[in-house]
Amino acid sequence: MFRLEKRPTPSKFWLYATPPVAVILTMIAGGILFAAMGKNPFEVIRTIFWDPIFGEFAFYLRGQLLVKAGPLILIAIGLALGFRAGIWNIGAEGQYIMGAIVGAGVGLAVFPTESRWIFPVMVVAGAFGGWAWAMIPAILKTRFNTNEILVSLMLVYVAETILAKASTGFLKNPEGMGFPGSRNFSSYPAAQNAELIAGSGLHWGGVAALVTGVLAYILLTRHQAGFQIKLAGQAPRAARFHGVNPARLVVMCMGISGALAGLAGLFEVTGPAGQISIDFNTGYGFTAIIVAFLGRLNPLGIVLAGFLMALTYVGGEMAATNLGLPDAAIQVFQGMLLFFLLAVDVLTNYRFRLAVGAH
Amino acid sequence: MKRRNLLASAAMGLLLASGASFAQGMDKVKACFVYVGPIGDGGWTYQHHQGALDVQKTFGDKVEIQYQESVPEGADAERVLTQMALGGCNIIFTTSFGYMDATNAVAAKFPDVKFEHATGFKRDSDNVSTYNARFYEGRAVQGHIAGKMTKSNKIGYIASFPIPEVIMGINSYYLHAKKANPAVELSVVWAFTWFDPAKEADAAKALIDQGVDVIAAHTDSTAPLAEAAKTEGVIGFGQASDMAAYADGPRVSSIIDNWGPYYVKRVGALLDGTYAQADAWEGIAGGEVLIGDITDKVPADVKAEAEALRDSIAAGTYHPFTGPINKQDGSPWLAEGATAPDGDLLGMNFYVEGIVGDIPQ
Repeated sequence: MFRLEKRPTPSKFWLYATPPVAVILTMIAGGILFAAMGKNPFEVIRTIFWDPIFGEFAFYLRGQLLVKAGPLILIAIGLALGFRAGIWNIGAEGQYIMGAIVGAGVGLAVFPTESRWIFPVMVVAGAFGGWAWAMIPAILKTRFNTNEILVSLMLVYVAETILAKASTGFLKNPEGMGFPGSRNFSSYPAAQNAELIAGSGLHWGGVAALVTGVLAYILLTRHQAGFQIKLAGQAPRAARFHGVNPARLVVMCMGISGALAGLAGLFEVTGPAGQISIDFNTGYGFTAIIVAFLGRLNPLGIVLAGFLMALTYVGGEMAATNLGLPDAAIQVFQGMLLFFLLAVDVLTNYRFRLAVGAH
Repeated sequence: MKRRNLLASAAMGLLLASGASFAQGMDKVKACFVYVGPIGDGGWTYQHHQGALDVQKTFGDKVEIQYQESVPEGADAERVLTQMALGGCNIIFTTSFGYMDATNAVAAKFPDVKFEHATGFKRDSDNVSTYNARFYEGRAVQGHIAGKMTKSNKIGYIASFPIPEVIMGINSYYLHAKKANPAVELSVVWAFTWFDPAKEADAAKALIDQGVDVIAAHTDSTAPLAEAAKTEGVIGFGQASDMAAYADGPRVSSIIDNWGPYYVKRVGALLDGTYAQADAWEGIAGGEVLIGDITDKVPADVKAEAEALRDSIAAGTYHPFTGPINKQDGSPWLAEGATAPDGDLLGMNFYVEGIVGDIPQ
């Protein structure tokens, strides 16, 4: 029989091999699922992974990958910093919503003023909204030692209620004939996050995601704070001896991840989504958790993982419309990716050993 | 598809789309549907999909049907619509209110594709039509049954979003319940969702806990009926779909959205070249709103009254909003004998007199 044996040090090989192996296993298991549903598995896999990048409508879909990957990357990078330090912010979805509400609220408050300062101020307000929402679990943790996983998660539902209130109440479009939802930013140029190059899908959110990826990489590899984050996660006791203040680390990590989620919300509401509406949030904050782990909590890995995740969304939609796959099958397929990732990940820290002799 | 063919195929796609001129009719139509929920929701989306299947049945291989389920309202809807338009859809039905901006934005980029938006009011370019059904007519019949059937004199309503569509349903339901039973009181619970079985069940439970024994819902799933089935003596209605599976249990009647005739008409018009922009709002008379079978739980005389009400609406001899009707604050809305103009209904943002509580603002 085989048994699992802990490796003395995590395997470098499996650290990098896990994501591609997980993707390949997902394709195989997904292919079997699609075949069992009576679809041609090769056609489905090609539609999901190949067509959005190289297929007939790639000129449009490539930009859409960027639109979809941007918020995922931005949020996942913030989460990864915390996860590395053992600080579990599960409520990015709520911070994303609050960033959007605060940022959009600032813009709508000055409607219809035209000034080039409006959008930058909204960006700052968006980051602030997410940061402030993340400070609630952070301060409750440092002051009263509450569990940040539970508090941040519960605050998502509070944020969703505030969102419903905003779209039917205090941010409702006064010219919307009573229908819920704010004014659409596409008709308010000063506050709009338009495409930087028409048709490219690139807006300020995409730029922010890529820049943040590089900055976070530098922070982790070159900066004292990055060293503290890694140390706190790997050896909490050693970190304390090294002078790392755990409370300050919690506030910093929650703050950064909250602010980045808030930014993602702001860029989304002023760009692709266009308005505050009851269904504004579509789960980026939760999906970003998968992206963070898929990217090995490494900022550059997360950038790649974000695009891969976006591919399963955009390609999955294509498969749903063109091949008649039910929506649930696509969701199962995405779930498989996380499942295989975690399963294969065991090999980073453990190895299979042939069990010889008696114990 | 090779990389170098990209531009060529892009151009081809545009040519194909624009080559399909509608004035002279078409040999084959690709009709596409965007759904807000899964086709197995047993309610709203299920009924739209039945309509799509009617189109297929009517025109056989002259149409190709394509659909996508559970499309979120917002940025994702815009991408799905663009993909469909690029993919050669000739007519795209977007079946939820929240697709309004996405539908109009994509329609402006694809002038040769027809867009049909359910329950909306924006028609920014001439290739956008809107269609809706006068569900409030069905609510009148439901309200009558509710008023007659309640023993606790407390009736409930699970509302989705505070939009005119939903508010006019509540008002019509209440007015006719009140007419049937002056002692009736209405409780409204706002679920802020179209489809979320868990939330819908919670809302039903909250109503039952308050002593409500007749529940109507403006959400898409069967969860409120499943919840009602747990308590003896509580009845409810099928919403959007007949929900006949609950006919032995709490379901005493239903409002059925029947989109098939409209979808067949529009696709047929595209095939024979008579297609034109429209703003359709049909009701019981046009067959878009059907009243599902009234079960034996309802006494024969109440059933007869309900059916007579339905028939008078169908015949056009009775309008569910006929004055005198006051607004909740007591100010007059409709004078004696006056009927509500469509504009008032489409922008309805007030309760009628007698309903307790506020519309969320």
